[in-house]
Amino acid sequence: MATMTTTLPTLTPKEFASDQEVRWCPGCGDYSILAQMKKVLASLGIPREKLVFISGIGCSSRFPYYLNTYGFHTIHGRAPTIATGLKLARPDLSVWVITGDGDGLSIGGNHLIHALRRNVDIKILLFNNEIYGLTKGQYSPTSRIGTRTKSSPLGSIDNPVKPLSIALAAEATFVARTVDVDINHLTEVLHRAAVHRGAAFVEIYQNCKIFNDGVFEYASDKSIKADNVLYLEHGKPLIFGKDRNKGIRLNGTHLEVVTLGSGITADDLLIHDEKSEDPSLAFMLSRMVHPEFPEVLGVLRAVQRSTYEELVLKQIEDVIKVKGRGTLQDLFRSEDTWVVEGPRSQMQDAST
Amino acid sequence: MASTAPSIQEKAQKHNGKPVQELDAVVVRFAGDSGDGMQLAGAQFTNASAIFGNDISTLPDFPAEIRAPAGTLAGVSGFQINFSSYDIYTPGDQVNTLVAMNPAALKTNIADLEPGGLLIVNSDAFTPQDLHKAGYESNPLEDGSLKAYRVIKVPITTLNREAVKELRLTPREADRCKNFFALGLLYWLYERPMEPTLRWIREKFAKNPAVMEANTRSLKAGYHYGETTEELPVHYRVQRAPIPPGTYRKVTGNEATALGLVAASLLLDKPLVYASYPITPASDILHQLAELKRYGVRTVQAEDEISAVGMAIGASFGGAIGATATSGPGICLKLEGINLAVMTELPLVVIDVQRAGPSTGMPTKTEQADLLQALFGRNGESPVVVVAPTSPADCFTMIIEAVRLAVRYMTPVFFLSDGFLANSAEPWRIPNLSDLPKLSVTHPDRPNRDGRFMPYLRDERLVRQWAVPGTPGLEHRIGGLEKEDITGNVSYDPLNHERMVHLRAQKVANIVHDIPPVRVEGPEEGDVLVVGWGGTYGTIATAVQRARRLGLSVAHAHLRYLNPMPGNTGAILRRFRKILVPELNRGHLRLLLRAEFLVDAVGLSKVQGRPFLVTEILNKIQELAKK
Repeated sequence: MATMTTTLPTLTPKEFASDQEVRWCPGCGDYSILAQMKKVLASLGIPREKLVFISGIGCSSRFPYYLNTYGFHTIHGRAPTIATGLKLARPDLSVWVITGDGDGLSIGGNHLIHALRRNVDIKILLFNNEIYGLTKGQYSPTSRIGTRTKSSPLGSIDNPVKPLSIALAAEATFVARTVDVDINHLTEVLHRAAVHRGAAFVEIYQNCKIFNDGVFEYASDKSIKADNVLYLEHGKPLIFGKDRNKGIRLNGTHLEVVTLGSGITADDLLIHDEKSEDPSLAFMLSRMVHPEFPEVLGVLRAVQRSTYEELVLKQIEDVIKVKGRGTLQDLFRSEDTWVVEGPRSQMQDAST
Repeated sequence: MASTAPSIQEKAQKHNGKPVQELDAVVVRFAGDSGDGMQLAGAQFTNASAIFGNDISTLPDFPAEIRAPAGTLAGVSGFQINFSSYDIYTPGDQVNTLVAMNPAALKTNIADLEPGGLLIVNSDAFTPQDLHKAGYESNPLEDGSLKAYRVIKVPITTLNREAVKELRLTPREADRCKNFFALGLLYWLYERPMEPTLRWIREKFAKNPAVMEANTRSLKAGYHYGETTEELPVHYRVQRAPIPPGTYRKVTGNEATALGLVAASLLLDKPLVYASYPITPASDILHQLAELKRYGVRTVQAEDEISAVGMAIGASFGGAIGATATSGPGICLKLEGINLAVMTELPLVVIDVQRAGPSTGMPTKTEQADLLQALFGRNGESPVVVVAPTSPADCFTMIIEAVRLAVRYMTPVFFLSDGFLANSAEPWRIPNLSDLPKLSVTHPDRPNRDGRFMPYLRDERLVRQWAVPGTPGLEHRIGGLEKEDITGNVSYDPLNHERMVHLRAQKVANIVHDIPPVRVEGPEEGDVLVVGWGGTYGTIATAVQRARRLGLSVAHAHLRYLNPMPGNTGAILRRFRKILVPELNRGHLRLLLRAEFLVDAVGLSKVQGRPFLVTEILNKIQELAKK
């Protein structure tokens, strides 16, 4: 482990690039995420060999090939399980999971939930493009109702899931959302995820140029997004809009959009508390959907809880403190034994 | 002999006021309702017999339902133990003494009791209601239908309640001790030492003195009942077996598997990461390992079978020993993950405690029908190593071997145990540390070609290096996509794919040079060679020995390595006129032997969820030898 006094070589973003040619479609949102990721990695001061990127299957899951760190392109939906195993073996590593809406919420939904509720210290980036890109354009679990694709020619009828709601329901300790082309915000959120101790879940709105172009335009187009998204800031009232004159108020058990002025002030608005132990308000924020509501960007929840691998190792250390570290001889004699001497045996009370 | 009536030497010694007969071996079965504590009684009888110095072999048989309706045939739970004054390998074909705690237990077990065998019944349980639940139209204790047996009717419930009366327990609490009354009676009958069980009761119920006292009194009351009752005129003695000197403990297959995994971890000085999802009959391995934290074992109860194998693979990638266990239905789910480990060439230990299938099948019943799934159940050309233990204690040896091969050859290794081995117990001689295999593994710490690290550069055995994340300068990417030879980069090149398919296959095939030849027990050539694999070892060995005593030219070869098979397998097969392959499936190994060695192997199949009987194999050997 590097100590504070060790001088680490400073790496530039370029030095995190592998020698592999990047093969996403031109204009794919993944390019931007990769570029910001390299910047964030360069700023973290973590040695390259301590970084591991683990992915499942899908366009986004090619990500590890393009970084000059350790990487594991695994199987569909299972990346969180492999990341969990790796952290149990090597808690000192910085482990990132790259997944998508199909990989992480359809085939791998179960693993995502359980990695989050265990609070394994892994960073899960879910690239949500609301479509299956690699298999050439079928609707995904996040596609809006009515999405017309090859597998839903009359429009999809499956109710979509909300990735942030799922993460919060799984009691994830860090939950955030950002947008592929919102470079500064993306960098900031990735950095916050990186320094969070515990499972971090980041949904990234990512444009699929080929099969679902413009699906997040309302949240990414600079000319209109101010009225459609709300940037969360801890301890600040929920204000949004081009003129910063709209806000979110809690009315009974519901959220509502209000306009500031005419008797309504910032004091009437909901104050964002990302550190709240109770995820209920964060859950309400996760359910704000365009166009009825602005969609929230930023950190919905950031709380501290012991990580899974810490607890696993602590139980081991605690037992060793009481009983001592076990040897092979201890292991073999952990139950009643008896001694056979020559042709006759003799009873022996192993517990005395 | 396990399956024949014990030879009785009428020494008629006086002991405790009653004569003692010496026997060579006895098979006892406890049977009762699944709430009657029969597994516990059986386990205690086993411990006492093992500590006394007999050789032992046991067969628990219990329903999948935790509590089927009381008194019904579906709820019967049994525990059989064979204990002897000589080497035994099986739990025994026929039962010499049957303890039946209720009519349902009698009905489902009586067919296995030898003619003239001792039948001890809890006569209190033979009420019209329980007789009806068991489907008896008349009371078998009174209608003469049991006259082929020596029936001892003991009002166990009444006598036991009497024994614990002073403790003021409820009738229900009192009745929960009645298994110890029956156990005490059997202890007297077979001169078992009571002290190991009394000590167990003291430790188990240390926090509940009333229950401790009740169980103690029940056990002793049963023992004393044996001494005084007129119904049992003699009792029996089975001398200690001439067991090789050493320190012993009793192990079940699952216990030995857990011990072996931990031993391998200590021998390799690597953490064991064991991820598993609860499934019968493999869960006990997880339970065992979760108790062994002081040996540094890291266990996880995963959210599903798929996750469990994924976690094990992740741990292997991180340089630990990644292992997972399940049964057949779980293997179906894990095969995708196993294939990833095949493709990425990472070590992985997969334990399959086989049970009767297909699908959910019969969870608590044994079978050997996952061999072909282990070998061929994945998409693509996907070679894995497959080993199979032959006995409960051999699980220790073979799981260490599975770990050794996995880390030495960067490959998944299947360990095919089964429900019988998992729950069956035998004495295990604790190995000297110097006798344990020397395990070692190295991880690269520097680039391996022209200043760069090539993850798929292979050594002379075709094994790639195990570079562990955290090692500076060796950063590399692996994955399930086909990779270019040497560099490991993604490749769709047709010839490269073909080369990689062959390399992966050849790497596993090369392991043949690193495993022992298969041993032939019996003549080196002759009429019949019986070839088995895995948990059928004991039964086949006993049957073949018996056949030779009958003058037949028969030998036994038992495969512990199914892929690759030992190098001498083909040569051995050709030295015998007939090949017999008994399996608890429809002929998996037989299919492989025929395909691989072009021999006309004859199968003997049994798929009843139960192990072979010695006589079943012996009869088939006799039939073949005549041809």
